[in-house]
Amino acid sequence: MTAAADPTDPTDGTDRTAATDRTATTDPTDGTDRTAATGLEVRGLTVRIDRRTILDDVTFTVPPGRRVGVIGASGSGKSMTSLALMGLEPTGAEVTGSIRLDGTELVGLPDRQRARHRGSGIAMVFQEPGTALDPLRRVGAQIAEPLRLHRGLDRRAAGAAALELAGSVGLPDPESLLRQYPHQLSGGQRQRICIAMAMAGTPSYLVADEPTTALDVTTEARILELFEGLTAGMVFVTHDLAVLARIADTAVVLDAGRVVEQGSVAQLLAAPQHPATAALVDAARATARRTGGAA
Amino acid sequence: MTRFLVGRLLLLVVGLLVSSIIIFATLRVLPGDVAQIVAGTQASPAQVDQLRQQLGLDRPVVVQYLDWIGGVFRGDLGRSLVTDGPVAPEIAQKLGVTLPLAGMSLVAALVIGVPLGVLAAVLRRRAGGAVIAFVAQAVAAVPIVWAGMLLVALFAVTLHWLPTQGFPLDGWDEPGRAFASLVLPALTIGAVEGAVILRFTRSATLGVLDADHVRTAAAIGLTRTQALLRHGLPSVALTVLAVLGVQIAGLLVGAVVVEQLFSLPGVGRMLVTDVGRRDITKVQSELLVLTGLVLLVGFAVDVVHRTLDPRQREVSE
Amino acid sequence: MIRRLVARPTGVFAVVVLGLLVVLAVVSLFWTPQDPFRTDPFHQWESPSPAHWFGTDASGRDIASYLLAGTRTTVLVAVGSGAIASVVGIVLTAIGSLTARWVREGTAVLLDILVAFPTLLTAMLLTAIAGGSLGVVIVSVGLSFGVTIARVARGEIRRIARSDYVTAARASGVGGFGVLFRHLVPNAAPLFTVQLSLAMATAVLAEAGLSYLGYGAGSNTASWGSLLSDLQTYIGVHPWSATWPGAAIALVVAALSLLGDAVRDATDPRLTTNDRAAGVDPSRARRDTPDGTTTGVTA
Repeated sequence: MTAAADPTDPTDGTDRTAATDRTATTDPTDGTDRTAATGLEVRGLTVRIDRRTILDDVTFTVPPGRRVGVIGASGSGKSMTSLALMGLEPTGAEVTGSIRLDGTELVGLPDRQRARHRGSGIAMVFQEPGTALDPLRRVGAQIAEPLRLHRGLDRRAAGAAALELAGSVGLPDPESLLRQYPHQLSGGQRQRICIAMAMAGTPSYLVADEPTTALDVTTEARILELFEGLTAGMVFVTHDLAVLARIADTAVVLDAGRVVEQGSVAQLLAAPQHPATAALVDAARATARRTGGAA
Repeated sequence: MTRFLVGRLLLLVVGLLVSSIIIFATLRVLPGDVAQIVAGTQASPAQVDQLRQQLGLDRPVVVQYLDWIGGVFRGDLGRSLVTDGPVAPEIAQKLGVTLPLAGMSLVAALVIGVPLGVLAAVLRRRAGGAVIAFVAQAVAAVPIVWAGMLLVALFAVTLHWLPTQGFPLDGWDEPGRAFASLVLPALTIGAVEGAVILRFTRSATLGVLDADHVRTAAAIGLTRTQALLRHGLPSVALTVLAVLGVQIAGLLVGAVVVEQLFSLPGVGRMLVTDVGRRDITKVQSELLVLTGLVLLVGFAVDVVHRTLDPRQREVSE
Repeated sequence: MIRRLVARPTGVFAVVVLGLLVVLAVVSLFWTPQDPFRTDPFHQWESPSPAHWFGTDASGRDIASYLLAGTRTTVLVAVGSGAIASVVGIVLTAIGSLTARWVREGTAVLLDILVAFPTLLTAMLLTAIAGGSLGVVIVSVGLSFGVTIARVARGEIRRIARSDYVTAARASGVGGFGVLFRHLVPNAAPLFTVQLSLAMATAVLAEAGLSYLGYGAGSNTASWGSLLSDLQTYIGVHPWSATWPGAAIALVVAALSLLGDAVRDATDPRLTTNDRAAGVDPSRARRDTPDGTTTGVTA
């Protein structure tokens, strides 16, 4: 990966949108008018719960189609960042600052209006596919739900679209697989379902909160391939620097709810400025050494 | 699924048998001389002996038990020690009051408890939620006797809308009056049981509010409330169903007190009278019937729960 | 833990009410405003006055004194049932875990059957042979909840035995049993306390119901249930008279239930609000252990 001088410049030479992969067909918005896209801009995002500050003045931007990583130790606020972007922070949380989705301000919107952007403007994939899916419904119906919501399809059309979507996220034999319940699928399959659900509304931006942490290494590799093929702008939360290096060009480092460093991934890994970043890099190197460099 | 059904049915039958043994042992074996008890303290030893022979109490205990159980399977629940009348038809007739009462109470309890429980959870950060929870806690703590008295005081004595007690002599031939006489009793049980169900539903809904799959539903574009209703409530319903079996046991038992309070000619009231009269043979059959009902309901609830939860079904794909 | 209990208003309420109950019970041993059993046909149905703080009942008895004397019965019923439930529960749990396989399996099945057996029916069963008395109420509730406690305890033991840290301890050679016990006690204590407070709450309700049915305490023991039952007969004339004993019972039962709730909340291994805010999911392990938030209605 080449070091990009300006992370907000979409034409840095590393053409990520042309990742050649069969999964590129997941995103049918190729060719859709993106002139209104100004990016996902976060400015001064602060989240407080019961007088404790979880996020403090977080600022970063995700240009359309680009991938930004969010890394940090446990408790640094990574998850809260992703939830806040979606408007899914816990009830009673105080959110201040600004989150602009291609120009539209999201902070302060009542849930009804905020919900309109979820799925179609910005979508999310969670860490635990096992519990993220409704245990009482067949997975096909769960994919169909956002399809009907955002594309206005009727039951049959949604069913057909779900099959297509399932195929495009790499699920084998969608006909019979979509009739199963979540507990009958493997972790990797469940996560693919979740990705399909997230992409069903063709969102411009995708927030992924440690989507491969709960999966085994082989599955993780395949799921990451899937992510690489998506054209939506991405906020990719992870604690694994190897995953970060693979997925994102630029990254934001969180420590105790604050952004302590950000920039190109290559730079962060090679020459971390902040002690928190350095600690993460050191830990990653130690793990790599222990596992014989397999990380 | 069939394996489960068979196993569960077996458990039901075993449960009934074990219960019958416990009931029989407690009533016949523990107190010692049943004949003496029935004959009373005034009877002479000769009279007691004669009574003992008459009632077949001089036979070995196991034979007495088998005799009774065998009869139960044939539908013969024995004869009263006091009146010598057959027990089974009387129980059947009284069930015509107790079962509708239990049914109405259940409906009342669910209608009161479930929606308010969900509401209390959704409103948990506002005054409304706290008020509902508080009232539910208070009502659940009220002894059924007093609850009944309060309802009677309000609706019967003060407002004269409903009868204070009694059940029409013609029974269900007069459905309107029969129903009316069951309203306050059913509401009494329904209110107190409903409060218990409310607390449980509230707790289950609170658990579901933060559930991952509800969060996913909101993430795809539903509002948080829609996500909760569409994806959270089915889980809550399953949880409530799981507890319902135990609650219904409480319902049947509450019916015993309520029948006494409202002078309803049901199985519960009959049980109370017979216990007072030490009519052992009637009591043992009545207790068996009530226990059987409780176990049967538990069985039904288990089966329904298993059917509705796909995680427990054997899905053949 | 006491501190965390009283941090919430419901915990405070529970502790205050129950504390007051115990104090009054002790006081009543030595003093009551008047003789609770003295009937006075010339002063029936009187309204509250300096002589009779809560007025008098149908027989002219001073309600305040009677209620005060009744606190003893309430405490006795609650504590007695709790004690029996504890003993029975521990014994059944021991049988269910420490014996040969077939005994354990048999006990498990037996417990599953018995748990559905309603308390009141047990009480009536015992009353039929032993006659009505407080002892019957106490033993019935004790037995019933002993079974429930044993069942809950078994579930908890199995959960802990399967958990990662016990398996790890076993794998590293530490005596599995010792580890089990060491982890069992802190986990079991709050569950036990919750069940215990539910048992006591049910006992007080059961006494009220059984007294009404005529099986409770005799006429020379003051009990709130008996007073309630006495006043019921006059419902046509004095419909609201039963408020005093009824409210007293409800108050104590509510306090006991709330105590159970408060204990459970104070010791819940779920994370604090802040941790939860960070998006970390509350301990999933707890979700599948039903801890019975319900007070089974017995009367």
